[in-house]
Amino acid sequence: MNHRAIRAIYLFEMARTWRTLLQSIVSPVVSTSLYFVVFGAAIGSRISQVEGVSYGTFIVPGLIMLSVLTQSIANASFGIYFPKFTGTIYEILSAPISYFEIVLGYVGAAATKSIILGLIILATAGLFVPLHIHHPVWMLTFLVLTAVTFSLFGFIIGIWADGFEKLQMIPMLVVTPLTFLGGSFYSIDMLPPTWRTVALLNPVVYLISGFRWSFYEIADVSVAVSIGMTTAFLVICLVAIWWIFRTGYRLKN
Amino acid sequence: MSSIISVANLSKTYGSGFKALKNVNLDIKQGEIFALLGPNGAGKTTLISIICGIANPSEGRVLVGGEDIQTSYRKARSLIGLVPQELHTDAFESVWATVSFSRGLFGKPKNPAHIEKVLKDLSLWDKKDNKIITLSGGMKRRVMIAKALSHEPQILFLDEPTAGVDVELRKGMWEVVRTLQQSGVTIILTTHYIEEAEEMADRIGVINKGEIVLVEDKATLMQKLGRKRLTLHLQGKVTSLPESLAHYELDLCDNGATLVYDYDTKGERTGITSLLSDLRTAGIRFNDLDTTQSSLEDIFVDLVRTS
Repeated sequence: MNHRAIRAIYLFEMARTWRTLLQSIVSPVVSTSLYFVVFGAAIGSRISQVEGVSYGTFIVPGLIMLSVLTQSIANASFGIYFPKFTGTIYEILSAPISYFEIVLGYVGAAATKSIILGLIILATAGLFVPLHIHHPVWMLTFLVLTAVTFSLFGFIIGIWADGFEKLQMIPMLVVTPLTFLGGSFYSIDMLPPTWRTVALLNPVVYLISGFRWSFYEIADVSVAVSIGMTTAFLVICLVAIWWIFRTGYRLKN
Repeated sequence: MSSIISVANLSKTYGSGFKALKNVNLDIKQGEIFALLGPNGAGKTTLISIICGIANPSEGRVLVGGEDIQTSYRKARSLIGLVPQELHTDAFESVWATVSFSRGLFGKPKNPAHIEKVLKDLSLWDKKDNKIITLSGGMKRRVMIAKALSHEPQILFLDEPTAGVDVELRKGMWEVVRTLQQSGVTIILTTHYIEEAEEMADRIGVINKGEIVLVEDKATLMQKLGRKRLTLHLQGKVTSLPESLAHYELDLCDNGATLVYDYDTKGERTGITSLLSDLRTAGIRFNDLDTTQSSLEDIFVDLVRTS
């Protein structure tokens, strides 16, 4: 194991975060605060409790997930796309480092960033609404699992993308809609039966449901199913990355 | 000397069907400076990319320091420093950070003293805290060399190292390359500047259309360069030459209008004096004469045309 190489990539990627602190950390926090103001305070004050929890409190896990998902994808896809774009990827490919180590460096850094971000948003939320976390260990488990899985997914997008448009396309057209429709702002029990069935096809539903359960012990689907689905998606991403490196897809012409 | 790189039956066909390399066989000796010459698109960069692990070969085998580049890539790659042709740099990193990053990537423990030495050797020391984006093209080129040297490689690939580099800097780079060779580093450089190969290399290989068409010691090549050609423009056309001139191995060209004589300037006798007097005896007169020396460039152009 070339642990020095993993460390080098990890620290290089983290250095990029500190250098771009404003985009990386401050702007997601600002936009999440806006959600609290609009949905929690303005609209939420007209909504009665959802499953025994005030609406402002109810949306906290969903909002954190929304940011963690999009930021994991953005961080990881940009992290690997940019060296491809500038050409500096040559050095990574010519270094005595395995694919696993490359992924560990890039995905590790991307996931770290979004976990930090998730915790910052959680702290920010605490300023707006009263919070009580029933299962902090499970909360962290879901947070880490989601950050890692979607960083892997972002890594795949970054490898696949051959232009900035494509880099934006999947997050814009697929991930954001899935997140909004995945119950960030509502319980899918509130949906008509047909739509509820459709919603169960959305993988994000399971992430948010499990994460919300760790906060308030209320869930749309059982926790075991949540963990199972998240793990399944993680495995799918790992297999895709294994295939990418084995074939050299979009990396080694 | 033993081979430090051994390329056997290497072929590369791109997805488009373009054959960039066709059954290439090449051995690089430990400690030499090997110049790989070839026109644009000949396959120089593809060959280097495969040896360094950036591209996958379609067929064939490459050993670096006795290690297979595919099955034993860690050992093979850790021996190699690569300076690619294009200036690929991280814009917002400092020189020091980017060079240190390369060392870490190759699994070497931190060694600020070594990085300092590399930067000083390449006259980059006073720029160590500058962001790369603020550097000139020539400096960026040196940063890339510094990155390649940061992990103390035994083999250094320089792909077109002096393309777009001014004369002074080019000489500086040659100096660095020579010093590296003295410290035992094997250097492979690609270039399309013939002078560069002439100046630097111990051996020269010529690649064209994906095939190695020549590999020779520079000294042997230079001997070929020692040959000169005397061309005599005759007053009248000659259909055949008398027996008395046969031992000069003359060529009648342009339908008998010119006579060509090849001779070795380094030989004890060039034979020019006796040829001219024998011509006079035979009654062959000429209006004009000229001599030309074949350069490496001529040999190169000949090779590339005929292959």
